Amino acid sequence: MSILWFNTALFFELLATAGFIVYIIKQQKPVFKFSYWILVVGFIFHTIFLAYRYSILEAAPVLNLKSALSFFSWSIICAYLLFHIKFNLRILGSFVAPFASFLMIISSAMPWMNGHIKPVFKSLWLTIHVVTVFMGDALFAIAFLAAIMYLIQEYSIKHKKFGSFYNRLPSLATLDGINYYSLIYGFSFLTIGMITGSIYAQFAFGTYWQWDPKEVWSLVTWLCYAALLHERLTVGWRGRRAAIMSIVCFGVLIFTFLGVSHWMGGYHSFENIGARGAL
Amino acid sequence: MIKIVNIGMNHETATVELRESLASEYKNNSRTLASIREIDLIEEGLFISTCNRVEALFTTVNALEAKKLIISLMSRLGNIPENSFSSNLYTYEDMDAVRHIFRVACSLDSMVVGEPQILGQIKEAYAQSVKGKTSGVILNRLMHRSFHVAKRSRTETDICEAAVSISYAAVELAKKIFHVLDDKKVLLIGAGEMSELTAKHLMSQGVHSIVVANRTFERAVQVAKLFKAQPVSFEEIEDQLLEVDIVLTSTASSGYIITYDHVKNCLRKRRNRPLFFIDIAVPRDVQPEINNLSNVYVYNIDDLRGIIDLNKKQRQQEAIKVERIVQEEVVKFEKWLKTLEVVPTIVSLREKADAIIQAEIRKSKPALSSLSPSEKQAIKKLTFSISEKILNDPILFLKRKADRPSLNSFLDVTKQLFNLDQNKGNIDNED
Repeated sequence: MSILWFNTALFFELLATAGFIVYIIKQQKPVFKFSYWILVVGFIFHTIFLAYRYSILEAAPVLNLKSALSFFSWSIICAYLLFHIKFNLRILGSFVAPFASFLMIISSAMPWMNGHIKPVFKSLWLTIHVVTVFMGDALFAIAFLAAIMYLIQEYSIKHKKFGSFYNRLPSLATLDGINYYSLIYGFSFLTIGMITGSIYAQFAFGTYWQWDPKEVWSLVTWLCYAALLHERLTVGWRGRRAAIMSIVCFGVLIFTFLGVSHWMGGYHSFENIGARGAL
Repeated sequence: MIKIVNIGMNHETATVELRESLASEYKNNSRTLASIREIDLIEEGLFISTCNRVEALFTTVNALEAKKLIISLMSRLGNIPENSFSSNLYTYEDMDAVRHIFRVACSLDSMVVGEPQILGQIKEAYAQSVKGKTSGVILNRLMHRSFHVAKRSRTETDICEAAVSISYAAVELAKKIFHVLDDKKVLLIGAGEMSELTAKHLMSQGVHSIVVANRTFERAVQVAKLFKAQPVSFEEIEDQLLEVDIVLTSTASSGYIITYDHVKNCLRKRRNRPLFFIDIAVPRDVQPEINNLSNVYVYNIDDLRGIIDLNKKQRQQEAIKVERIVQEEVVKFEKWLKTLEVVPTIVSLREKADAIIQAEIRKSKPALSSLSPSEKQAIKKLTFSISEKILNDPILFLKRKADRPSLNSFLDVTKQLFNLDQNKGNIDNED
């Protein structure tokens, strides 16, 4: 059953991605509408998949890299759909959908998790921790994509080279606004996620903070985004500099998400979550 | 056989002076239309007269004679001898005329391809001809189709999209930077036709806060009045840079009015809000290095011209798509025009059926007199729908054959089969 829901979601998300790519080339509104609703359908199946996994595992379905990537992809689509309601920015989908599908493709290539879930993961605190952290990550991903769009658009206006992107991308003010809002909300979610994570750690392992590599790097990520937000709010950083900074921050975030687990280990890493008996 | 004919001149074939001398008289459209009504050879007609073209569009059975009459009418109205402008005229007939009017409507034939005014001017010309009762079945259809072509060309292609004038290009850029201009403040330095035009365009996009600076304060006050703006002295420009978002410069100054240091110093105080300089002065008023500062964009007159050239090229690209739309619509119109030949036969077919029904109902009057009015109504309805159903297939058949070369023989057969030609007389006799 899991495989069925997963593959259905993947299918619709890939279809939507194809549609969004056609849209950015052809710029026909019906193509967008089609892709958007296909993405919504994919998102619904994806949600069903996650809910189904949750009901089986009785824990947030993020305990190995496969499910973490799929959950990340789900969060990004969720953030995009919410942003679309606020900004009605069609072109953003052409950047978000391929990114989300890319994560899903990697996820689909990975093995399913075997064995039962240790009772320590069946905690509401963990679920809240995971959902808020991933929502934060997803919003930062949107900020990252908006930053890339900003840099492309800024380059063409600044250097007076009007390529095919100039007409397709929205105004600089809009892109900077998206970057700003996703930063603010993303930062709030990440903060809540880290707090609930440490509360969960207190319940599960008896300590709020244990200098695990993932914890340390999450803190580094948090500090990077805090610095960016601070510069934006007090000095009035905006535009190009803020865009570059949010790309750098997202690089740190991706390293925390993938690199730390892979190279540094620690109790957060996916191998350990599956393998070790008790923590 | 009715022909559609188009005679006229445009910006390519005739000089402004010639167009003007003809156009001035055409502006008085009711008089020209009245003289067209007097020409028996011309069935329907209308005049299009804009600053770039003077054209007559008409239908006639004798194209050769009608053309001569129209040209002599032109020379009479414009008060110029025929031979002085006949070489500037172009003539299109039938489908070429249809294609031409379609191309004019979607501004493929305009000086600036894709300009939107021409459609309004054609609509006006058509409205005049409707008012003057010089348009009929064919022109009505033709003009409505040309409006339709123009609409399609706008929705299906980008022919009208990109700006092709300096002031519009500047406004488009401002929108790409600021998204909305409602809450933006504009500083206008110096005066001049182009900068004032740009300021007007900015205002029409929502800007309502304008500050005007000029070397002579009196002039600033004068210009400020035009836009209900606030005049400031030249020395205040540096302070204003903290406030405004868009700076439009067009002074005759030989040196830079706004220097790199001016702008660099104000950026932090502005909290890095974007600043857009539109410098349409030659020599330039804004130091070009300012463009290197982040969140500051400087466009001079050459940059804007570069955009316009690009956009014109893009419009040329789009024009190819529009030509295809025009071609499609010409084919559709041709098809419709041919169905016109079927119409008289269809009409007489229907008339005959109606006449038979009326005659038969009259004959049965005594038998039907006992029926109630609603029953009589029902019988009337019944007989009409029977005749409709019987005629439906032959009519559809004729319409389908409308664009075939064999049409005439089918029309003949139909006339003989239903005895249509003599029939009229018989029924009239009975009445």
